[in-house]
Amino acid sequence: MIQNADVFGADALIFDLEDAVAAHEKDAARLLLAGFLAKARPQEVRVYVRINGLDTPLACTDLEAVVGDAVDGIVLPKAGLAEVMELSTILHNLEAQKGLEKKIAILPIVETAKSLVEVEEIAKLSRLDGILLGAEDLSADMEFERTKAGTEIEYPRARIAFACKAARIEAIDTPFTDTNDPDGLREDCLHSQSLGMNAKAAIHPNQIETIHAVFSPSPKRIEWALRIRAAARKAGEQNLGVFSLDGKMVDKPIIDRAEKILRAAERFGLLPEERA
Amino acid sequence: MKPGIAGTLESNDAVFTVRPASTRHVVISSVVDAFYHDQIAQVIETTLNELGIDGLDVLCEDKGALDYTLRARLIAAIRRMEA
Repeated sequence: MIQNADVFGADALIFDLEDAVAAHEKDAARLLLAGFLAKARPQEVRVYVRINGLDTPLACTDLEAVVGDAVDGIVLPKAGLAEVMELSTILHNLEAQKGLEKKIAILPIVETAKSLVEVEEIAKLSRLDGILLGAEDLSADMEFERTKAGTEIEYPRARIAFACKAARIEAIDTPFTDTNDPDGLREDCLHSQSLGMNAKAAIHPNQIETIHAVFSPSPKRIEWALRIRAAARKAGEQNLGVFSLDGKMVDKPIIDRAEKILRAAERFGLLPEERA
Repeated sequence: MKPGIAGTLESNDAVFTVRPASTRHVVISSVVDAFYHDQIAQVIETTLNELGIDGLDVLCEDKGALDYTLRARLIAAIRRMEA
């Protein structure tokens, strides 16, 4: 299954060593994933690995096996402020030990009451490129019923969205667990978007198209991306790798982000006709 | 010592069953045996060489696994045998 993960068009892939793997298979799964990342890492997509919790003896073994150039980020379950800081230290040490030039990101899953009340402080930490809401475990921790309507997670969604927006990182919504209800998925996406979340995790490939359609870039973002593209072309003609636009520095990561927005816009037919 | 077993019989995976032995003895059963028997054998041999294992009884039931999968499943089986 993992070798086909990149054919469905997701923006990022999370390879799971935690809840998706039975306890007696953790060792084999870790080896398989490490081998896959070393030899067959999917291209054109960000790659994350969900490790086992830092409160287990498995986390450090997971990290030792997977931290490397092939991984863009680590998804941390049950992530509180202390846990994210601890993981950041571990990653710093592993990056130095392995001679990595890249800085591996952290994607914490907020899935406990404690994590949620710490979310503003978590969002400020370096290495984070987003926060993922884990509504199923959060509901269990809070002892309230999880529903399709999602009223019980309005507050967590909004709080995470505000914290992420303030920190300029992605607010990633919890997965919609019914893989046979596309209308329900769309409603869930629209609702979470209305609260400020700007991405959503999928648990089945058939959810990706709907998620993309809802969370695809706004006209304002598309216009910004088009301006970046035009300015980058002009800078390229002058052999400039870095330039300024509207008083802000524009370098490769920003250009790449703009191109990603434009690719998504093109995929959904959102580019203005004269710019397509 | 108990045998070590790892992997599944799902498509693109392999099951390795390994037992201690005084010499290397490898048996391969693959759905793509006609095309890839030698390559599978090479992956097994290379992996055993890297691990410094001279004696091992290896049964590989392959369902079209790529090299990295074969290697991972073999190593997992060996570690389970040694555990």
